Amino acid sequence: MSVLVNKHTKVICQGFTGRQGTFHSEQAIAYGTQMVGGVTPGKGGSEHLGLPVFNTVRDAVECSGANASVIYVPAPFCKDSIIEAAESGIELIVCITEGIPTLDMLQAKLVVEANGARLIGPNCPGIITPGECKIGIMPGHIHQPGKVGIVSRSGTLTYECVKQTSDPGYGQSTCIGIGGDPIPGTSFIDALGMFQDDPQTEAILMVGEIGGSAEEEAAEFIQSNVTKPVVSYIAGVTAPKGKRMGHAGAIIAGGKGTAAEKFAALERAGVHTVRSPAELGDGVTAATGW
Amino acid sequence: MAPQNYSNENISMNLHEYQAKELFRRYGMPVPNSMVATTADAARAACDSLSGSKLVVKAQVHAGGRGKAGGVKLVDSPAEVHQFAGELIGKNLVTFQTDANGQPVHKVLVEETCEIANELYLGAVIDRASQRVVIMASTEGGMEIEKVAEETPEKILKATVNPLVGVMPYQCRELAFGLGLKGDQIKQFSKLLTGLGKLFVAEDLALVEINPLVITGSGDLLCLDGKINIDGNALYRHPDLVEMRDVSQEDERELRASEWDLNYVALDGTIGCMVNGAGLAMATMDIVKLHGGAPANFLDVGGTATKERVAEALKIILSDGNVQGILVNIFGGIVRCDLIAEGIIAAVGEVGIEVPVVVRLEGNNADKGAELLNNSGLNLIAANDLSDAANKIVAAVGE
Repeated sequence: MSVLVNKHTKVICQGFTGRQGTFHSEQAIAYGTQMVGGVTPGKGGSEHLGLPVFNTVRDAVECSGANASVIYVPAPFCKDSIIEAAESGIELIVCITEGIPTLDMLQAKLVVEANGARLIGPNCPGIITPGECKIGIMPGHIHQPGKVGIVSRSGTLTYECVKQTSDPGYGQSTCIGIGGDPIPGTSFIDALGMFQDDPQTEAILMVGEIGGSAEEEAAEFIQSNVTKPVVSYIAGVTAPKGKRMGHAGAIIAGGKGTAAEKFAALERAGVHTVRSPAELGDGVTAATGW
Repeated sequence: MAPQNYSNENISMNLHEYQAKELFRRYGMPVPNSMVATTADAARAACDSLSGSKLVVKAQVHAGGRGKAGGVKLVDSPAEVHQFAGELIGKNLVTFQTDANGQPVHKVLVEETCEIANELYLGAVIDRASQRVVIMASTEGGMEIEKVAEETPEKILKATVNPLVGVMPYQCRELAFGLGLKGDQIKQFSKLLTGLGKLFVAEDLALVEINPLVITGSGDLLCLDGKINIDGNALYRHPDLVEMRDVSQEDERELRASEWDLNYVALDGTIGCMVNGAGLAMATMDIVKLHGGAPANFLDVGGTATKERVAEALKIILSDGNVQGILVNIFGGIVRCDLIAEGIIAAVGEVGIEVPVVVRLEGNNADKGAELLNNSGLNLIAANDLSDAANKIVAAVGE
């Protein structure tokens, strides 16, 4: 078992023949991901990386049986791509692109939800079930099949988690980069719930950041819904408070958003927190007794 | 102030008050008559097209707290307008929201005044929790809304906007009654808030605030101040808004960094940091602090740490006179670390760095990268992991 993706996941790539799409599709194929094709409007019927290219996601789904899609198209076109995927029957949409207007995401997410699809990202490294399926830009070789579920708002900090859980041999069940945008398709709570239900996942490593209130909401969820050990680190203790954006977001959330408040909320929920990003792996050891 | 972007949050672009009011006018929101001036003479000339015995002159800077800092003055005559505008323009205004140098004043707004019966607050923001545009209104206008939220949260009324339909008339009425408005004010408020809702979506705002929104002596609503932040990610579809950008209000180094797509924020420590990824960059600052050092900056070089970008990043870090050492922390991911090491060596050679540089490379070919660094003959210290890197740079700077 794992979460959301495994060796049976059939993946297409939107923006397949572009530079990013090509490079990361090659990497995914080399990793063993079951890539079944890609979409580039106007290039349908051709072949790229030994796989069929389709004009539309609907064609790709009908011909290849794809149930997941990874999006590498430029930010101005992502709203369209996400909605196309959702309305064409894709169940899992992973959007790597950064820089999408917030109001575009607000609308795109509504459509994703209305179609019962799941969106991961945008502005994220993607999702990987080690040894089975890699969708995104993360370096496959640092991962190891195993028992820690990782969820993080940050890309390279996720890699840090992976390295520190691979080094002692714990490995990862699935790693989900939910992305750092104000409107993420998948939240900490979504990921925590899936890891709690996944038999392969024995412990959860959650990495947050200052700003917003997603970590506080996750803490409340953990308290009442998660029985597996959770280890957490929040980046940004030393970052002085943002001038306006942070404040304005914090008004709504009732003054939440600093690292100190997030650490406190998580600790109240029984989460094992670590203050140093070098102690992520040690934290898992301490919380699980492995 | 320059957009502060420590995390992965979108960078937003700030507008001046006079620009915000231009947008308000365009969306049918009532604002006082006013003129913008860039010289004292132009400010005096502006008085000819404005009426009333009293006018107000307001410094146009990207910072709050202008009134207390002496950037806003009520005046009685064109001569006074001329004098005060002359005093402001070309100077820096220091407020509680600026750094010690303050923000340069290049423009003043000369505006008609009105009798004020009551001060309200009206704002809108994208709320992460509900993932909607949320309208906030309060009877506590003229105060810092953060303070109101903290001390008397019940005095902030909220309305969540359904993106399918936008701001609905009933929501306007609900807030208007909640604010204690009466009679024609309810109609005026509905028109104003409907306009604000349209403005928010059409212009891709991240934040809009009218503080205060006043009820005049004659009982009418008027937007006396205006603040707008625009979603930086959406600027590509708003060329007219891009032209409103005032780079003189932004930090010079942060501006230079943004031209290279580097995300830089100056801090007051001594250890310069260069990292790929915003989260890892914050984590690196945290671990420097944990090991007894103080970070001099936040700097995210992004996904592609090419030689040119690394060189530019190092130059920007070194332009801060307080920097006594640099910590480079790159989790290479798919990119090969020996290539990154070559880039760093070339960049360090080119820039000519005299302070110690600790480099931690992780990912593909990390060993080869470390070997290259150690054999480069430059003042580069290779580190194995995060703790090692933090220890080494703190020790190197402490010596």
